[in-house]
Order: sequence, then structure tokens, then C-alpha cells
Amino acid sequence: MSTRKKVMWWIGGAIIVVYALFPIAWIISISLKAPSDIANGQFLPSSVSWGNYETVLTGDASELFLPALRNSFGICLIATAISCLLAMFAAYAIARLDFPGKKVILSTALAVAIFPVISIVTPLFNVWRQIGLYDTWPGLILPYLSLTLPISIWTMSAFFREIPWEMEQAAQVDGATTWQAFRKVIVPLAAPGVFTTAIIAFFIAWNDFVYGIVLTSTEAARPVPAALGLFSGASQFEDPTGAIAAAALIVTIPVVVLVLLFQRRIVAGLTNGAVKG
Amino acid sequence: MTQTTLPPVKKTEPVSAPKRGLSDRSRSERKLGWLLAGPAFVVMLAVTAYPILQAVYESLFSYRLTDPANREFTGLTNYWVILTDPIWWQAIWVTVFITVVTVAVELVLGFGLAMVMAKALSSIRPVVRAAILIPYAVITVVSAFAWQFAFDINTGFVNSWFAWIPGVTADTDWFGDRWQSLLVICLAEIWKTTPFISLLLLAGLAQVPEVLQEAAKVDGATWWQRLWRVTIPNMKAAIMVALLFRSLDAFRVFDSIFIMTGGANGTESVSFLAYRQTIARLEIGLGSAVSVLLFLVVVLIAFTFIKAFKVDLASTRGE
Repeated sequence: MSTRKKVMWWIGGAIIVVYALFPIAWIISISLKAPSDIANGQFLPSSVSWGNYETVLTGDASELFLPALRNSFGICLIATAISCLLAMFAAYAIARLDFPGKKVILSTALAVAIFPVISIVTPLFNVWRQIGLYDTWPGLILPYLSLTLPISIWTMSAFFREIPWEMEQAAQVDGATTWQAFRKVIVPLAAPGVFTTAIIAFFIAWNDFVYGIVLTSTEAARPVPAALGLFSGASQFEDPTGAIAAAALIVTIPVVVLVLLFQRRIVAGLTNGAVKG
Repeated sequence: MTQTTLPPVKKTEPVSAPKRGLSDRSRSERKLGWLLAGPAFVVMLAVTAYPILQAVYESLFSYRLTDPANREFTGLTNYWVILTDPIWWQAIWVTVFITVVTVAVELVLGFGLAMVMAKALSSIRPVVRAAILIPYAVITVVSAFAWQFAFDINTGFVNSWFAWIPGVTADTDWFGDRWQSLLVICLAEIWKTTPFISLLLLAGLAQVPEVLQEAAKVDGATWWQRLWRVTIPNMKAAIMVALLFRSLDAFRVFDSIFIMTGGANGTESVSFLAYRQTIARLEIGLGSAVSVLLFLVVVLIAFTFIKAFKVDLASTRGE
């Protein structure tokens, strides 16, 4: 390849990296600005200040932010665990067993995935209030299943189909019991698919805003995105921009690190489920 | 995706069962299949079908939470009220506008990114792919804040950076006017969701047979001709899946609007309208009717896509 072409690719690559990182860089920059610096019209802070992080983690805003962080982690982890477990059984059945209704299950998952969240949330708001699920963890975990289950079923069955199931029988022929064959042969082969699905499901739950904002009212269950959306500053006269930026960065960094660590698998999971389906 | 062919199900050992009816083995397999897949199926129905039926029921009442005693069956009145209200039509047009603009831009941009990822030098490919995944990992609310702060008249840098563009000055208020607000909302949505489209398109690109490309090259086709005659027709399925998913997703736009404008200046989307009726005004009846209408529109879009998709597949097969 000619040097000119190489340089072109490098420039193209650099443009993409800047495009992808720019809004993040901007949030980082705001989070490090002192209150007097916020309105300076510049991209970079004139001096680095950690005040916004203090506000969010130990100061006035911590009463809003820290419970929300705890809620988000708890609710998303439980919703992910439940949907992975259910999807694992379903995907095993779809990939391994012969029974009528496979298509029905996959199409239902597809239909649920395109369901407009707001159409579910309006009736839930009313029902949850009546039966006491409003503003509780289960009150969010249940609706989150409508977000995480469909994609888990699709992704996992795409992974499971690629498992050579004959190996299980081969192990049995070699003298393993059914359970041993499953445990020693299938589980290790299925684990990466389950793990990838769990990560994707977790992201989707973590990203939710509509359920979080409609079905909660206090720090008892309000997740981070909803808390950020409603955050209006410690006092009426304080501009919360810096604090929001700091909080936003705290919830973004771990997720971005997770994505970068497992990027290969996530790409495979996202595209397998959708394209090969 | 919808024309999924199920995997060739491996037949288990031949069974010596009577010819009539099902063998014991296949009967127990059926039972086990539903036993395992049933719970997921039931949960999916419970968390979607039940609420939508509830919404249909509640949409038939004049029902305000602030005045629950006067709950009254009014039939289709709520639907009539909504469909004759300009606010509904404005929300529809805003939503359609955002959907069409973002999906069109994302398709072109996502295709470009996918091409770069597919063809780039092996030294920069991993970096590009990692970078692409970052917007995917960022939650929509955070992306909306980033874009809002950038354009905001007080906190933003956009006005000072782009003052050389005619019409942009130090005090251009991007959120003071309808079209400018919509532009920023679209930019944020595009940034956040292009990675998803480009990953699907990249998977589609991988399925284009290299042989065809080579053959076209040998026949003297230009890069442009190969793109339109070989690459794109061969990845129609991937393009349709990406389009369908993103369109439906874009049609539900809510987070960015909530953060950036709160629906001011005529930037309210249909989802936002439903939210406002139910939560802010506590009009359960009207809010439910909006939710049901939104649901119907989404079903209509999906149905149209799937129909178009099938026709396409049939015609390509006919060639």
C-alpha cells in the first residue's frame, strides 16, 4: 500500500476516534471546571477543580446521587440475572430440542423488543400505585424484563446454535453420565454466550430512562438516569451543570471500560442475534 | 430477521415407536421444550400484553387521578379528543421528522464507518472499532446532557467555536427555537446510535462474497459501480434489519427531548405527549389513549417494513 493511502487511512481513523470521543471529552472537561469557569465559552477548564466530584460524592448532591447509584446497580443486576436465567432455558430449548412453537417464541421476543416503552408505562403507573409496586425495586425489575428478555433470548439462541451438541452424546458414549456430559462439555461452551448476553442486557437496563422516571418518586428506587434527568441543583440558585457532568462521568466510565474490555464479544453478540437470527 | 429459518434440528436416534401419533420420545421432547421456554414466554406476555390491554381498557374512560370519583365510561371519546387536537399531530410530525432525519443520516454514516472498519489497515482497525463502541456504551441521558451543555448559551463552546458560520453568534440560543432545538436533538441521537447501525452493516458487509467483488473488478467495474451493483444488493437483509430496528427505536424518542427541551417550543414527541398526559397532568384516560395510538403506529411501521422486506426478498430470489 502506498504511503499516501496509509496516511489517508490514519486520518480517517483519527476522525472517527475524535467523533466517538468528543462528547465524552466535553463532559470530562465540564466536570473539572470550577463554577466560575462553567460559562467561559471555552472547551477546556482554565484550572482543574475537583469540586464537582466532591458535591456529587460527599457534598449536597450525594443524597440524590449515591442512593440512585445503588438502586441502578441492584435493579439492573437482578433484572439481568432473571432475564439471563429465563433466556438460557428458552435458548437451550430452541437450539437443542424439537418442539412446535419455537417460531412463536422468537417472534414474540421480536414483537416485545419493538414495543414502545411508553405504551407499557402508562398503565403500569396506575396499576403499580394500586398494588404497592410504585417506587419499589420489584416495580422496576419486572418492567425491565420487557427490555432485557427479548434481546437475551435472541442473542443467546444465536450463540447456542453454534454449540456442537453432538459432543454431549460423544461424552456419554465415552461413559459420562448425562449430567456430567452437560456439566463438562456444554456448560463451558455455552458460558461465553451467556456472559456476553448478560453484559448486553445489563447495558440496556442501565440505559433505561422512561421506566425509571415514571415508576419511581423517591430515592427508594430511582435509578441514576432518572435522578440525573431530574437533578436541578442543590439549591434553586445554583447551576447544577458541573455536578451533573461529574455524576454523568461517574456512571459512564465503568460502563465504557466494560465495553472496551469485552468489545470482541459484544460486537459478536449484537450482530449474531440480529443478522444471523 | 423475521424470515428466520430455524436451524436444522438434529434428529435424535431413530425411535422404534408406532407410526401413528407421536413417539414417547418426541412427546417428552415437546414437553421439555415448552417447560424450558415457557417461563420466558409467559413473562414476556405478562410484561407487555397485559399492560397494553390495561391501557386499552383505561383509554375508554374519562379518568383523572386528581378527580378519581368522577371516573366515567366515555367510549372512544378520548381517541376523538386526541385525533382532532393539533397537539397530537404536531407530536406526530416532530417524531416522524426526527425518525426520518436520524435514520437517514445514520444509515449513510454507519455505512461509511462499517466500510472503514472492514477495510482499514489492520493497525488501526482495533482502535476504530473500540472507539465506535463508546457511544453505544454511554447512556442516552448522558449523551443528551453532553450535547445540550455544548450548545447551551451559557455553558457551551459551540457558539464561540463556530462563530465563523453565518447565523451563529456568541448569543445564538439553540434551544430558543423549534428547528434549532430539533437539530441538536437529532445530532445527539445520531451520535449515540450510529454505532449500532454500523455494527449491523459491518456484519452484513462480511457476508458479501469476495468472489463477486473480484469478478466485478476483473470485468472493469469502478469502485462506485461495485458498491451499487455488488455490495449493497448483497447486504439488503442486513440493511433492512438495521433500518427496521433503528426506525422503531427512533420513533420512541423520549430521553433526549426530556433532557434538552422538556418538550418546549413544539419539540414534543409522541412518547413525550403520552408521558405528559399521564404523569404531569394525571389524565390516565387520555394518556392511555395516546399510548395505545403510539403502539398502533409502531405496529404499522413494523408491518410496513416486514411487508416491504418480504417483497424484496422474493424479487431477489426471482432473479
